[in-house]
Amino acid sequence: MDISYFDNNATTRVAPEVKKAMMPFLEDLYGNPSSIHDFGGDLIKYVDVARKNVAKLIGASHSTEIIFTSCGTESDNTAVYNALKNYPRKKHIITSKVEHPAILRHFEQLERQGYKTTYLDVDRDGLITVEQVLEALTPDTALVSLMWANNETGVIFPIKEIGEALADKDLLFHTDAVQAVGKIPINLSQTKVDMLSLSGHKIHAPKGIGALYVRRGIKFKPFIVGGHQERGRRAGTTPVPNIVALGEAAKLALEGMDKESQAIRELRDYFEKEVQTKIREIEILGHPEKRLPNTSNITFKYIEGEAILLRLSNENIAASSGSACSSDSLEPSHVLRSMGLPFELCHSSIRFSLSKYTTREEVDYLLAKLPEVIDNLRKISPFTPAHLLE
Amino acid sequence: MAWKYSEKVKEHFKNPRNVGVVNNADAVGEVGSMVCGDALKLSLKIEPDSNKILDAKFQTYCCGSAIASSSALTEMIKGMTVDQALAVSNQDLAEYLDGLPEEKMHCSVMGKDALEDAIKKYRGEETDAHEEEDEGKIVCHCFAVSDKSIEKAIRENNLKTTEEVTHYTKAGGACGSCLGEIEDIIHDVRARMEQEQPSQPKESKQIIQKNKTEEKPLKQGLTTYKKIKIIEKLLKEEIRPSLGIDHGGLELVEVEDNKVYVRLLGACSGCAQSGETLEYVRNRIEEELGQPIEIKDLA
Repeated sequence: MDISYFDNNATTRVAPEVKKAMMPFLEDLYGNPSSIHDFGGDLIKYVDVARKNVAKLIGASHSTEIIFTSCGTESDNTAVYNALKNYPRKKHIITSKVEHPAILRHFEQLERQGYKTTYLDVDRDGLITVEQVLEALTPDTALVSLMWANNETGVIFPIKEIGEALADKDLLFHTDAVQAVGKIPINLSQTKVDMLSLSGHKIHAPKGIGALYVRRGIKFKPFIVGGHQERGRRAGTTPVPNIVALGEAAKLALEGMDKESQAIRELRDYFEKEVQTKIREIEILGHPEKRLPNTSNITFKYIEGEAILLRLSNENIAASSGSACSSDSLEPSHVLRSMGLPFELCHSSIRFSLSKYTTREEVDYLLAKLPEVIDNLRKISPFTPAHLLE
Repeated sequence: MAWKYSEKVKEHFKNPRNVGVVNNADAVGEVGSMVCGDALKLSLKIEPDSNKILDAKFQTYCCGSAIASSSALTEMIKGMTVDQALAVSNQDLAEYLDGLPEEKMHCSVMGKDALEDAIKKYRGEETDAHEEEDEGKIVCHCFAVSDKSIEKAIRENNLKTTEEVTHYTKAGGACGSCLGEIEDIIHDVRARMEQEQPSQPKESKQIIQKNKTEEKPLKQGLTTYKKIKIIEKLLKEEIRPSLGIDHGGLELVEVEDNKVYVRLLGACSGCAQSGETLEYVRNRIEEELGQPIEIKDLA
């Protein structure tokens, strides 16, 4: 039986068009664009087209503002590193408590190296305010790094407003937009962001390709040193097939965004409406409107997340949780904890994330199986009140 | 995540046996709470004359392996006498399930704890599970694990490292702030265990599997001269060769008490990863000297 895939915030299917676009570069066009000979050197034009497409997707004014990297994490690490190199004397950096580990673990490492860090709290809806950011600033602040949209809840931070507020400050503003790019419109010509991270495999390109936007005029110090690829900003042999794939995925995302995100939203909303009528005592997490159209994070009271995921997996349904047993750490989701959810609800939450390939049939199949799974586990749980089992 | 579980665990997870509460139970044992992320309730029907367990049922709030181990435990103890059931060890349970991932061992501990709680109550030895908790001091506040529980897990499963304690009790698995305290408890309990059984230390499978990870004895009270010798040897034999690949190098400048001054040379100086390099060097020196140090790059 086919998989019913509701884990698109983890990774996505490679679009057939993307696969087709990259194939020639896995076959005959295998040259190295850094080569003198035309066989390799000519390939740079395909890389440039891809760069333009990525720039267009996020509304960057110049395609040279795009640096290809290996993944979102590398983009994040590079951005933070670059900010510190821009302000070697400043020792304070700001982020939020709900960031991806690519930011949080890096901040913790910098803490050990003597940097002062501020982690902004989010409210019960998962949101922060511009005021919070401004209050945290000091003359010593080198960097503010805030995600555009959260991977677990899909909650969207007010990046445009924060960018406006930080525009006249002597620091760099970075946003981890890995989950936002391709899902909601982003226009950097009108949003004052200095650096932005994105990742290919979240938008139907393959794994192993990402990009970092660095606004023109900002000094850049390479994080990975070696050859002169990417105008000396990111060493390493140019991965032409992956770059072409990301370019194609960016083009498709931009062309289809309005229509697709509307369709995805309708499907997600349908799922949420139905699931609430079918299963009692659940809560949909995150701000109801300021949220990605594809993400639904739900807590199922009285039962534990991993058990739900494994039971769903038995039914060929893929979803995920940030809860205790699913990761190596036993700690419940740091995102949900930061939102002030009680421990027990953090253990019980499941994230369903859709894509343009999610069908109504898949959602209906999920809606058919989910109540049974939840009901079964609630029967096993010692905490389920009697009225739920009737 | 995925299925790291054995076929038998999966099968018990998909089709758990003995779910629910025994009617007119003679004994009920409870451990954990919803806040901890796992909990287990075990109810037993016991024949008074023979002390035989006639029926056993469970309810649990936890991950897949807790459901499987609770199901397995109830299957195992049905038909046993109370004493036989108490003799079932965590290892027996894990074996019955063809093994459990190490990070899930706390699930099998939980089943046994619930069984002990139930039988104690049945025998009238303890009235309230909380009383026992109160005797101990809470060490891990994230998961509310007491020093008593940690000691018990160390003794019963011959645990040696903080990591193992976390796998068996969850203690230290969240914020990690109590890991130092857990280390002290391990040290303390193991010292007492040695004294209790001086001639015949209990050898379990664990030891056989893990003898490679035996810690090196601490080299306390080293003179500066000896420290320099040790560090130079480490730099020469291990660290410089590995950095040399990157056309970099490292020079030892001075050692003062716990302060080690070095100079990063060549490609290493000013390299993007020089912070990590230093961190790596510091860790290795600390391991060799068996004491914490501060490292400074004078480049």
